[in-house]
Amino acid sequence: MNHESSASQAAFEQRRVYVGVRMTLIYSIVYAGFVVLSVFRPAWMGARAVFGLNLASAYGLGLILLAVLFALIYNHLCRTQNSGRSSHSP
Amino acid sequence: MAIAVFVVFVALVLAVSRHTSKKASSVGGYFVANSSIHWGVNGIAFAGGYLSVASFLGIAGLIAFHGYDGFLYSIGFLAGWIVALFIIAEPMKRMGTFTFSDALNKKFSRPGIQLSAGLSVLVVSLFYLVPQMVGAGVLVEPLLGIPHYWGVILVGTVVILIVAGGGMTSTTYVQFFNGGLLLTFAAILTVAVLARGIDTRHLPAEEGSADLESYRFEQVPADFSAETPVPEIAGARVTGRHAVTDRYTGKEQIVFYRISRPVDASFADEHTYTANIKGRTVRFEVPDDSEHPWRLESFNGRDVIRIEDWWLHIPGTEVLVETQFRSVLPDGTGVVNGGPESLANRVRQMGHVSSLPEQYGSSTGAVGPLRYISVFSDRSTTVQRAMSTSFTSDRGESVTVYYEEPTSGSAFMRPGLMFPVEAREGEPAFTTLLNRLNFISLMLALFLGTSALPHILIRYYTVPSAEAARKSTIVAIGGIGLFYILTMYLGLGSVAAGALNPETSNMSAPLLARSFGEVLFAMISGIAFTTVLATVSGLIMAASGAVAHDLMENILKKEVSDTGKVLSGRIVAVIVGIIGIILGIAFRDMNVSFLVGWAFAVAASANLPALLFMLFWKRTTSKGIIASILTGITASVGLIMLSPDMWARYGFDAASAPMPLNQPGIVSIPLSFIVLITVSLATGKKKK
Repeated sequence: MNHESSASQAAFEQRRVYVGVRMTLIYSIVYAGFVVLSVFRPAWMGARAVFGLNLASAYGLGLILLAVLFALIYNHLCRTQNSGRSSHSP
Repeated sequence: MAIAVFVVFVALVLAVSRHTSKKASSVGGYFVANSSIHWGVNGIAFAGGYLSVASFLGIAGLIAFHGYDGFLYSIGFLAGWIVALFIIAEPMKRMGTFTFSDALNKKFSRPGIQLSAGLSVLVVSLFYLVPQMVGAGVLVEPLLGIPHYWGVILVGTVVILIVAGGGMTSTTYVQFFNGGLLLTFAAILTVAVLARGIDTRHLPAEEGSADLESYRFEQVPADFSAETPVPEIAGARVTGRHAVTDRYTGKEQIVFYRISRPVDASFADEHTYTANIKGRTVRFEVPDDSEHPWRLESFNGRDVIRIEDWWLHIPGTEVLVETQFRSVLPDGTGVVNGGPESLANRVRQMGHVSSLPEQYGSSTGAVGPLRYISVFSDRSTTVQRAMSTSFTSDRGESVTVYYEEPTSGSAFMRPGLMFPVEAREGEPAFTTLLNRLNFISLMLALFLGTSALPHILIRYYTVPSAEAARKSTIVAIGGIGLFYILTMYLGLGSVAAGALNPETSNMSAPLLARSFGEVLFAMISGIAFTTVLATVSGLIMAASGAVAHDLMENILKKEVSDTGKVLSGRIVAVIVGIIGIILGIAFRDMNVSFLVGWAFAVAASANLPALLFMLFWKRTTSKGIIASILTGITASVGLIMLSPDMWARYGFDAASAPMPLNQPGIVSIPLSFIVLITVSLATGKKKK
C-alpha cells in the first residue's frame, strides 16, 4: 500500500516537474522575444498594437498578465492531478 | 498631519511585532514561524516583502523620469516569479527546514556546502539591504525634515527592534500588513490619477500648500548674433557659459548661460531683503562684499537684488529657457536658483505634459486605464522630462543644473531613454554593443534573480506543506503583478502632475500623492516607510538565519544549542542592521531600483545555478555546487566593483573602468553555470 502511494507520489511529482519546466520554457521564450525586440528593434516597440497601446506597452503588460494566467493554469493542473491521485489512492 | 500618520504606522508595525514576538523563543519559532503561516497570509507577505522601495519608490521614479525604460524593471521583477513558482517553490519546501542551504545540505551533506551557501545569503542580503536603506533616508528626509542619514538610522533601529525581538513570525505579519496596504493604496492612487486625467495648463499646487502654485519656467528671446547672447530681460547680461558636447561628434548639444539679472526686492529688516525667485519668497542677507553672488543695487529708481542664474539654450533656437540649479561656491556657500540655500529656498518640482493629441485640446478629463497609456504614447503628446547636468563653472563653483527637455510621447513610451540601445550618430559600434549587453544583462538578472533571493527562499519554510508553498507563490504573483501594472500609472501620473523632484527620482510616488492632498501624502509616505521595514526585516532575518544556522556551526566546528542559535540570530540581526545603516548613508544619491538590479545579479549568479542543478542534474557534485556559489559571488561582486558606475564613485573616469559593463549578470551567471558543470564532471564518479 505504501509502495503504491509513494509510486503515485513520484508519478505526480514527475508530472508536476514536466508541466512546470515546459511552462517556464514557454514563458522564457516570450520574455526573450520581448528583450530581443527592445534591444534590436526599439522603433518597432513604438508602433501601435492593440487597444490604442503601442507594442512596448502591450507586450510589457501582456507579459505580466501572462505570468498571472500561467500561475493559475499551473495551480489548476496540480490540483486536478493531485485530486486524481488522491481518488486512486487506497 | 504627515508626521502623525507616520508615527501611527510605525506604532502599528511595532505593535504587530510585539504581539507576535512571544512565538519567537524556539529555533523553529524564531527562524521559520514554526512553519504554521497560512498560505494566503504567506502569499501577501511574499508581496509585502518583495515589493520593496525599489518597486514602490524606485520604479515609479524611473518611469516618471525615463518613461517606458522604468517599466522594464516591473516586467523583469515579475517575470522572475515564474521560475520561482514552476521550478523552485515546492522542491525547496520539501528539502529544506530553515534556510536554502538546508536543501543543498540534505542532498550532499558536506559542511562546505552550508558554509558557502550561508556566505552567499549574507552577501546577497547586504547588497539588497543597501537600496532599502537609501530609500528609507530619501523618504524620511522631506517627511520629518531631518537629514538623510537620520532617516537611515531611524529605519535601521526600528527594524532591528522588529527582527531581534519577534523573529520570523513578526516579520511575516509586518510584511502581510505592508503588502495589503501597498496594494490598496496604489490602487486608490491609480484611480485618482485616472480621474484627474492629463492637463497641459493647470497643475496641482506643490508641497501640499495651495499658496505654492506650480511654476512654469520662462522662455525669453535672445539675440544670438553677438559673441555672447543678449537676453531680452531688462538689465540682464551674460556672465558665464558652459556647453555640453556630444561625446562622439563633438557638437554642442545644449549650452547653459549664466545670466546676471535684477529682481525686485522688498525691505524686510536690517540688512535683509526679500525677493521672489522662481515663485518662492526668498530672504537675502545683503552682503558688504561685491564678490558675493547676489547684491543689492538700485535699478531704474527701485531696489533690486542682482542675482545670477543659469539659462538653457538649445542650438538652432532663438530663445533662452529658464532652469533651476544648485551650486556650491569655492568657500562652501550653498546657492539655490541664485539665492541662499535654505529650507525656504529649495529646488522646485518639475516635469509636465505640455501638449496632447489635437482631439483632447488642453485636457483629457477623466480617462480609462488603457486610454491613459495610449495618450502618453501618442507622437503628438509632448512630455517635459526633468533632466540634470553637473559641471564645474569657470569660477570653480560646483553646479548642478535642472532643466526640462521636451520629448515626444512615442519616444517616452518605448525603450531607449535610460538604456540607449539604439546606435547614436558617431557612436562606435563597440559602445552600442556594450549598451545592448548592459540591457540584456539586467533583464537576465531580473528574470533569474527573483527565485534566488534569500528573503524569498526563506518564506517557503514558513508554510506547512509544499502545496501551501505553491499556493502562496500564486497569491504573490497575483498581488505583485497587479502592483506592477499600477506602477505605470504612478510614474506617468507623477509627470502629468508636475510632481518630480529633480534632485531625486525616488520621491515621485509620494509627491504624486501630495498633489492630491496631505492625507494621501501622509498615508503613502507611511506605507513607503513600512515597505522599507517589511523588506529590511526579511533581509535581516535571512542573513541572521544564514549566520546562526549555516555559518556558526561550520566555523565553530561544534553543535550550537537551540538557545544559542536564537541568541546569535538576534545578535547577527543587530550587526547586519548596523552595517546596512552605514552602507545606506554611503550610497544615498543612487536610484534604488538601479541598486536592486545589482542584488538580483549577485543572487542569480551565486544561488540559482546551484538550485537548478541540484534539482535537475544527477551528476551534480558537492564540489561543483561550492565552486559555483563561490564563483558566482566573486565574479558578480568583483565585476560590480570594477564597473564604470563604481569607478566614477571612487572618483575615477568611468570610461577607464576595467569592466566596461555596469550590469555583471551576462558574464557572472553563465560563468557560474560553467564552473558548476566543469567541476561536477571533474569530481563526479566516472561511468564504467
